[in-house]
Amino acid sequence: MKKKTDSICRAVDIAKTYWLGKVAVEALRGVSLDIERNDYVSIMGASGSGKSTLVHILSCLDTPTSGKYYLENTLVSKYSDEELAKIRNKFFGFIFQSFSLLPRLSALDNVALPLIYRNVSKHERIAKAKEIIDSVGLADRMYHRPNELSGGECQRVAIARALVNDPKVIYADEPTGNLDSKTGAEIMEIFDRLVDEGNTVVMVTHDMNVAAHARRTVKLRDGQIIDD
Amino acid sequence: MTNIGSKLTLSFQTFRSHRLRSFLTMLGIIIGVTTVIAILSLIEGLNRTVAEQVQSIGSDLIFLQKFSWVQTGHRDLDKLAGRPDLLPDDAEVITKLSSVEIAIPQISRQLRKLKYKDNEVSNSSVAGSDENYSWVNNYVVESGRDFSRDDVLHRRAVGIIGSYIATNLFPDETAVGKDLYLNGHRVKIIGVFKEKGTFLGNSLDDYILIPYTVFEKFFPIPRGSLWSRVYGGYSISIKAKDGMKIEETIDQVRELMRRRHGLGFDEDDDFELNTQQILMDLYQSITNVGFIAIIAIAAISLVVGGIGIMNIMLVSVAERTREIGIRKAVGASNNNILAQFLIESIVLALVGGLIGIVFGMLLAWLISAVSPLKASVSFWMILLGFGFSASVGIFFGIYPARRAASLNPIEALRYE
Repeated sequence: MKKKTDSICRAVDIAKTYWLGKVAVEALRGVSLDIERNDYVSIMGASGSGKSTLVHILSCLDTPTSGKYYLENTLVSKYSDEELAKIRNKFFGFIFQSFSLLPRLSALDNVALPLIYRNVSKHERIAKAKEIIDSVGLADRMYHRPNELSGGECQRVAIARALVNDPKVIYADEPTGNLDSKTGAEIMEIFDRLVDEGNTVVMVTHDMNVAAHARRTVKLRDGQIIDD
Repeated sequence: MTNIGSKLTLSFQTFRSHRLRSFLTMLGIIIGVTTVIAILSLIEGLNRTVAEQVQSIGSDLIFLQKFSWVQTGHRDLDKLAGRPDLLPDDAEVITKLSSVEIAIPQISRQLRKLKYKDNEVSNSSVAGSDENYSWVNNYVVESGRDFSRDDVLHRRAVGIIGSYIATNLFPDETAVGKDLYLNGHRVKIIGVFKEKGTFLGNSLDDYILIPYTVFEKFFPIPRGSLWSRVYGGYSISIKAKDGMKIEETIDQVRELMRRRHGLGFDEDDDFELNTQQILMDLYQSITNVGFIAIIAIAAISLVVGGIGIMNIMLVSVAERTREIGIRKAVGASNNNILAQFLIESIVLALVGGLIGIVFGMLLAWLISAVSPLKASVSFWMILLGFGFSASVGIFFGIYPARRAASLNPIEALRYE
C-alpha cells in the first residue's frame, strides 16, 4: 500500500452485479485498485471482462454493488446522483470512443459545456474554452460543428472538453477506436504530452499499441484483475 | 441551477433545427389561445356595448310597473293582470316623496301606418306622458317646442315626433305645424326630438309623444286581453333626487305604494320596481354562462395542445438520449437536465401562446371590421393567454423532463 496522500482514486474490493431480467451478471468481483497522481494507466481485457464497468465506477458514472471507493480519501461510493454529477464535473474529464460531441453546438461550445454546469460566467467559459482548444491545435476550427470536422479533429475537441475543467483524472474509453492508425497515433501523442504535463490519464483499450504508451497496464478477466 | 439565459438560447436552437415540427406541436396551443382571445374580446366588446346601452337608461331612474323586466320561471299573466292599474295619480303622489325628484306617467301603443302626402312609415308607436317627459328621459326638443302644463291639462291634441318619423315623413319640409293622423285621430306636430339612436336594437326615434290626457281619449286602454291588461297600462317613471341612494328611493316608493294598495305586512308587493341594474344583472348572469362555456372549450383545446407538446417532448427526449448522457457525464445534474427540458416545453407553449394571442387579436379585429360586433381586447386576456400556455407548458412538460432527468448516464451514452 502506497502513501495515502498520493492516491487520487482508491477502489477497495469493488463488486458490481447487473440484473438482466432474472439473470445476475457479475461484471466485477472484488476489484481493488489505486490510481496515483500523474499515473498513466491502461485498462485492458477482452470484451465482457468488466473493464468498462470498472471505468464507469472509477469515473463516478456508476456506483458499485459492494465495496468502497475513495476519491482523495473521501468515501464516495454511497453518494447520490446529484453529488456524483458534481464530482464528475469537478474531478474528471471524459473522452469516449465515438467522440460524443453535441452535434448542434460548435467545437467551442462543446468544449465549454462542462463549465456551464459549474456556473462559470459566459465570458469566462468562452475565454477558458478558447485557451484549451488552442492548446490542442484547433484554434482555426473552433466555430465549426462536429459534422464539419474530421474524426481526429473531433477527438481533439473531445480532449479539449475533457481538459477544460482542470480534471484530476482524465478517463478515456477506447480513445483511438474510431480513428485510423495515423490519427490514432497523433491522439496518443497528445495523451503522452498531457501526462508529461502532470495530468493523470486512465484509458480503456484492447489495442496493445495504445496500451504500450501507458506506464502501467491493468489486465482484467472475468471481472477480476489478473495483472497490474 | 445554471443560468436561464443559456438554457433559453438552447431551446430556441432546438426550435430552429425543427421548425416545422415545433410549429405543428404549437398548433394546438395556437388554436386554443386564438379561440379564447377572439371570443373573449368579442364578449367583452358586447359587454361594453350592452353596458353603455343599459346605462343610457339612467342609473337614477326607477320604473314602477305591473311586471318585472326580469322574469324567472313561469310568468303568471292572470296574476299580473289582476294587479291594480298604475295611474297618473300615483305619479303625482310619488313626486311628493322626499327622495324623489319627479315621477311621471308613461303609456304607449303601437300605431298602424303613419302617412303624410306620399310618405309613410310603419311600426311607429305613440306614447303618452306629461310635460316633464323629455327632461326625465333625456330627450331634447330640437325644433318647435316642448309640452306645457296647459297642453296636458287642456287635452290639446299636440305631438312631438321622433327624428326618424321627421326625416321619413317630412324629408323636404318642416314638420312643425303639420297635422298627422294617428289611427284616425288628428294631432298637430309642435316639435321634433333630436335623434337618440337605438336601445338594444330598437330605434328610440320612431315614435310620437302626446299628452297622456289626449292618449286616454284617443286610445282607451283595452280591457279585453290579459296581455294588454298587463302591458298596456301606465308605468310610472321615477327620477331619484341627486345624491340620493337609489335603494332609498326604491324603499320609499315601495312603502308608499303598499299603503296605497292597502297591502298587509304579510302580503307580497303587487307592483314591480324596475331599474337598469336588474337588466345588467340579467345580462351578466347570461354572459357568465357564456364565460364558463368558453373556459371549458379553452380547457379542452389546451389539454389537446398540451398532449401534443408532451408527445413531441417525449420524442425529443428519446432522440437526444445520447446528448443527455454526454451532458450528465460532464457534470449535468438531474435537475439541470430537468430544467433544460422543462424550459424547452414552456418556451414551446409560450411561443404558441404568443402566436395565439396575436392571431386571436387579429381575428377579433377582423370580425369587428366585417360585422356589427365590436371586439375589445383587454390586458387581462393577454395575461390569461400567457398564463394558460405557460401552465400547459409546465404541466405537460414535467413528465418528459423527469424522464430525461432520470436517464442512467451509462445507458444514455451507449444509446445510438
